[in-house]
Amino acid sequence: MPLLQIKDLGKSYNSDAKVLQGLNFEVESGEFLSIIGPSGAGKSTLLRCINRMVEIDEGKVVFDGQEVGKLNKKELRKVRTNIGMIFQHYNLVPRLSVIENVLHGRFGYKTTIQGVLGRFTEAEKEHAFFLLKKLGIEEHAYKRCDQLSGGQQQRVGIARSLIQEPKIVLCDEPIASLDPNASKVIMDHLKSITQELGITCIVNLHQVEIAKSYSDRIIGLNKGGIVFDGPSYRLHRNHTDQIYGTQTQATPEIRELIMV
Amino acid sequence: MNEKTMKASRKWQTIFFILLIIGMTLASSAITGFNIIHGIATLPKAGAWILSNLMITQESLERLPTILEKLLETILMSIAATTTGTAVAFFLSLMGSKTTGTKKVFGVFARFVASASRNIPVVAWALILLLSFGQNSVTGYLALFVGSVGFLTRAFIESIDEASQSAVEALRATGATYFQIVFKAVVPQCMPQMISWILFMIETNIRNATLVGILTGTGIGYTFDLYYKTLNYNAVALVTFSIILAVIVIELMSNYIRKVII
Ligand SMILES: Nc1ncnc2c1ncn2[C@@H]1O[C@H](COP(=O)(O)OP(=O)(O)O)[C@@H](O)[C@H]1O
Ligand SMILES: [Mg+2]
Repeated sequence: MPLLQIKDLGKSYNSDAKVLQGLNFEVESGEFLSIIGPSGAGKSTLLRCINRMVEIDEGKVVFDGQEVGKLNKKELRKVRTNIGMIFQHYNLVPRLSVIENVLHGRFGYKTTIQGVLGRFTEAEKEHAFFLLKKLGIEEHAYKRCDQLSGGQQQRVGIARSLIQEPKIVLCDEPIASLDPNASKVIMDHLKSITQELGITCIVNLHQVEIAKSYSDRIIGLNKGGIVFDGPSYRLHRNHTDQIYGTQTQATPEIRELIMV
Repeated sequence: MNEKTMKASRKWQTIFFILLIIGMTLASSAITGFNIIHGIATLPKAGAWILSNLMITQESLERLPTILEKLLETILMSIAATTTGTAVAFFLSLMGSKTTGTKKVFGVFARFVASASRNIPVVAWALILLLSFGQNSVTGYLALFVGSVGFLTRAFIESIDEASQSAVEALRATGATYFQIVFKAVVPQCMPQMISWILFMIETNIRNATLVGILTGTGIGYTFDLYYKTLNYNAVALVTFSIILAVIVIELMSNYIRKVII
């Protein structure tokens, strides 16, 4: 059974236009999947449906055997502990230290009181330092996050998601605010998450070349629908034209017919 | 709802409350026989008196221990009103903020409480509360408390809304509970502004406490009123001087604290 199944997923925010429509795909454990598409295509919305940061309107998302849309509050929290999330703007608490931010990833496993009082076990703290070391920012552990560079902050974000011991990590444009060097560092780390730890990664990207060189598989979104789904090596110019709508306004189905 | 209708409704709200204030003030003046116009009219006169009598004599200095005691009582009451007000305002602002609000109803409730208590001046509150609690320190405390809740709720809502939504989103995604998010993502970010507002509120309350005290017959306001009515202008000068000094000291202290925190 695949780790993640998306069935006929549909989503709209304000009843007017559909942001996502009729999405179907499955993701196996250990896959590195990129989602590409122009801005406004619905990439962020798709990721947020997976951990139900936005409510699912139509169809279903089945993660690890559980239908995410049907969970109650407590069950949803439990499922979310298994889903890491990485953001374009890192989404750290800027005034807190690196190590505190990393440990925030453990809240899902704690009672409210334990979390509020900041009670973490020695094992958790050791794990946090281990991750910081692995990501090469151990020496910044006690610095405030707002004193770090963008690339370093994103690595804190990665550490925060990994300390959750997730089965999947959702990355929403993780390198969109970074320079090429920092981007490479981050993408390499993400790749190693999948390769070394066997954790599935779904990465929203807008750089096609990076998506092609890092991922096993690419899904192309356009206007809330899937227009490409296949191994990265099969993504060609005509697909990207279609994904980014650089040529015609024709609907995906028609274009596919034309291309055949 | 768009901004225009919101502004319009806020305008009507304000007009409504102004009318309410006027009504209540008139009502309470009528009921207690307290002539507020006359009260206000005598203030400039009192100012002139104080200026011409601003001499702290040996005799008036003898009253210093009593005055200081009352002053301390007033300061402590202002601080108590602020801290208890802070606790209530904190929870109201969590309900009222877009970032941390859970239910719309609570948000509306919180913002209503905030604007109701904020748009009615502390003095009016003192007058209103006088009716139910009489002339004692509870009335003075409550008047300051209600004003603090209103002002702080509004200020806290703004601080929380300003604090980045992004960390809240991240913690929600990890499976953190509501109060874990509040205390570990929201509070750390809002702390400096919140403390700054609390200090400001303490200053304001100490200033207001004098006026409220005159109305409710408590604290330094009462002392001031007493000496004034018994024509002991030297003592009035000493009271005024000690209030000014206290306010300046508190202000310097809070400025220092602000600098250290931020
Ligand atoms: N919270 C929201 N409320 C209303 N509309 C939204 C919201 N988030 C996204 N949208 C709309 O949904 C569409 C898809 O947005 P998004 O998922 O962010 O796309 P992408 O990440 O591919 O740029 C856009 O048209 C956007 O304006
Ligand atoms: Mg996006």
